[in-house]
Amino acid sequence: MEARTMKSRTMKSLLWMGNEAIAHGALHAGITLASGYPGTPSTEALETIARLKPEGVHVEWSVNEKVALEVAAGACYAGARALVTMKQVGLNVASDPLMSLNYIGVKGGMVILAADDPGPISSQTEQDTRRFAQFARLPVLDPSNPEEAYAMTRAAFDISEELRVPVIIRPTTRVCHACACVAPFEPLPPKPPEGFRKGREWVIFPRLSYESKKRIVAREQALSDALARFNIIEEPPEPTDCGIACGGISYAYVKEALERTGLQCRVLKVGAPNPFPNEIAERFLDGLSRVIVAEELDPVIEDALRPLCAARRIPLRGKADASLPSAGEYSVAALADALRLFVGGVKLESPGARSEAPPNPPARPPVLCAGCPHRASFYAVKRAVGARRAIYCGDIGCYTLGNAPPLDMVDTCLCMGAGITIAQGLRRTERDTPIFAFIGDSTFFHTGMPGVLNAVYNNSDIIICVLDNRTTGMTGQQPHPGIGKTATGEPAPAADIGNILNALGVDSVRRVNAFDLDQAERAVSGAMDESGVRAILFEGPCIAVAARVKPQARNADPLRSGAEPPPYMTVRESECVGCKICVRKLGCPAMSIIRDKRIAAIDPALCTGCGLCAKVCPVNCIVHSTNGGEAATR
Amino acid sequence: MSTMSCLLCGVGGQGTVLASRLIAQTAMRLGYFARTAETIGMAQRGGSVVSHVRWSRGEVHSPLIPPGEADVLIGFEPGEAVRCIDYLKPNGFAVVGGSPIPSVLAALSGESYEAEPFLAYIRGRVDRLIIIDGARVAEASGSAKSLNIALIGAACGALKFNADDIIVTLKERMTGNILDMNRRAFEIGASAAARGYGYKEG
Repeated sequence: MEARTMKSRTMKSLLWMGNEAIAHGALHAGITLASGYPGTPSTEALETIARLKPEGVHVEWSVNEKVALEVAAGACYAGARALVTMKQVGLNVASDPLMSLNYIGVKGGMVILAADDPGPISSQTEQDTRRFAQFARLPVLDPSNPEEAYAMTRAAFDISEELRVPVIIRPTTRVCHACACVAPFEPLPPKPPEGFRKGREWVIFPRLSYESKKRIVAREQALSDALARFNIIEEPPEPTDCGIACGGISYAYVKEALERTGLQCRVLKVGAPNPFPNEIAERFLDGLSRVIVAEELDPVIEDALRPLCAARRIPLRGKADASLPSAGEYSVAALADALRLFVGGVKLESPGARSEAPPNPPARPPVLCAGCPHRASFYAVKRAVGARRAIYCGDIGCYTLGNAPPLDMVDTCLCMGAGITIAQGLRRTERDTPIFAFIGDSTFFHTGMPGVLNAVYNNSDIIICVLDNRTTGMTGQQPHPGIGKTATGEPAPAADIGNILNALGVDSVRRVNAFDLDQAERAVSGAMDESGVRAILFEGPCIAVAARVKPQARNADPLRSGAEPPPYMTVRESECVGCKICVRKLGCPAMSIIRDKRIAAIDPALCTGCGLCAKVCPVNCIVHSTNGGEAATR
Repeated sequence: MSTMSCLLCGVGGQGTVLASRLIAQTAMRLGYFARTAETIGMAQRGGSVVSHVRWSRGEVHSPLIPPGEADVLIGFEPGEAVRCIDYLKPNGFAVVGGSPIPSVLAALSGESYEAEPFLAYIRGRVDRLIIIDGARVAEASGSAKSLNIALIGAACGALKFNADDIIVTLKERMTGNILDMNRRAFEIGASAAARGYGYKEG
């Protein structure tokens, strides 16, 4: 097994992001297929493979994580190696095939990248994929840096194939989105698949699952042996009775904290936390009288060490006794403080007050971009609804940012696809309130469609607003089934969301240009006058894509090429009355008020010329720059 | 030399990620081991973004710079520089883009956001400071997007690189007009640094 991956000759060192390192690790292990769904912080892994377009490797953005895992499973059944990529909440979507796949097993190696997000920085939850691996009884690897992410990914394919088990690699954001100098090993060519051999073992039945369950339990020792090299004990220069157990990025913080403080601790690095390395942990505990655990997210290592420590009457510190925080990211400074207290019993001195308090920088939550079609769509709905009460169910994507003032158009947000379905439940309790469900195009394909069918079937009464910006926006503009091209840019049939809505039984579908405020507002009013399941398709390209593709033809005619629009908007200073309506209604990052002049200003570097502000200006003082506008001044 | 640490901070869209990669790539080509950590994802939509770059002849463990340990702070705009100023070492070097990026929230609440109180605070805390006028960079280089390279130009000496080291990295990553524009931007920053601390270009 070692012979296949770990050739000793290494190639030139390269600066790779953790996700790139995982992509190359999979390519160098000879994968034939890579599939995934975008999700921060995992996205760049599949993007890297799509960009490289390696010969003999099929790479696809699947419509969701469940589909991605199943596609990969098919390839692995035939003996090919496959990588599947997703973020941690994506693993929830893929959990159905994952749980069953462990009972079937794989022939070709399968590695699942499920990226966790302590903080969380860009996620709905702080869930811990190591826990998921325990639940699913699957091996999981926890790299502490991009170099390890590369090596672990390569090794994971061998382990997967040898033990016929999918292997999860679980980096966290600070590994995924960190770059480091990685020295790759000699790549292997794609492993030629043997082909699918028919047999009863590929068909899951209760009897087969009973036998599989026994095999899964019996294989734990073999897994532990295969994973042992990822679990390491490091002795300090001087003898000590203090031990610290850690894994993932926390290991990097622990190493630096020990160097900074000069404290002596034995370190247990758990790179493969499931099945838990009990034998190695027992060796770690030999001779210790105190142990602390440093790990972000869930207390996985801590919970595993607890019975071992209890048997030896060794006090265990970590999250349970609040020695370290139970939520959010860790840091070198936080661990240095915790270690000083743990090893040296030193209470922290509170940092001295600074002589001069700094001025408060302005808050900068993420916002919809200048020129974003979602702003226009939200505003059209808001204007059509007016003073009436309505409920706005949101979903996952850039348009979640529509919750911020001044738009304030997201009343609920739960998980991918849940806007349309939550709206249906609310409808049964809020009989007289119009209920809108907003969903983006990529999310519509991901898990939105079953909710639409459910609404039609169960005679619901909601207005579905599909915000079609022709890309997967938040994760960095990946293609999806509606675009007409694949992950590698090959042409593909473009799914039409309007037709899909019709086919699902939604008869009332209105299609509007998101930037045509009057048309969009009329469409919303028209839909509000009807009952049943109705849909409005707001079409307008993601400005991040449009700016990259065609700077001069962004908003003229969405989704189609058309007239040349002016590049930006500008304020006729002499006509601006300083009412601030443009700023206060839209929250566009290109707009501000010049304080001393008390008039609106538009930053030409940010403005894309979408013209929405001109449509809300009550005195018509905002014009296209080519249309008699004065030079923008600030 | 022990570990060098450079913190870059700004607003999503200002080019902090490219700047941190350029620094890491330069360090790597010079034979150092380099690590970065970047803000990628939700916060890129106009939010505060921070990139950490660390390099050393020996081991670098944490990709994140602990507070008070950055040798160099590159602030892409005044408010964000103040937000991250505690990362800077005592007697560390800072270069700050002097043009403020308006904040939507501040604009909505009617708060004013002017550069000067923030720049004054930084001047009071940092002796080795260069402030770069973003408008001047945009005018001279031909694009506001090249502020990141102008800031690196000003920080180049403090990063212990030669100007040529950065230029070689630029050539590895870009060509043609974009390269020319960024070379001009680099020169603006480098000449501001050559004029000495506290000098405000433009």
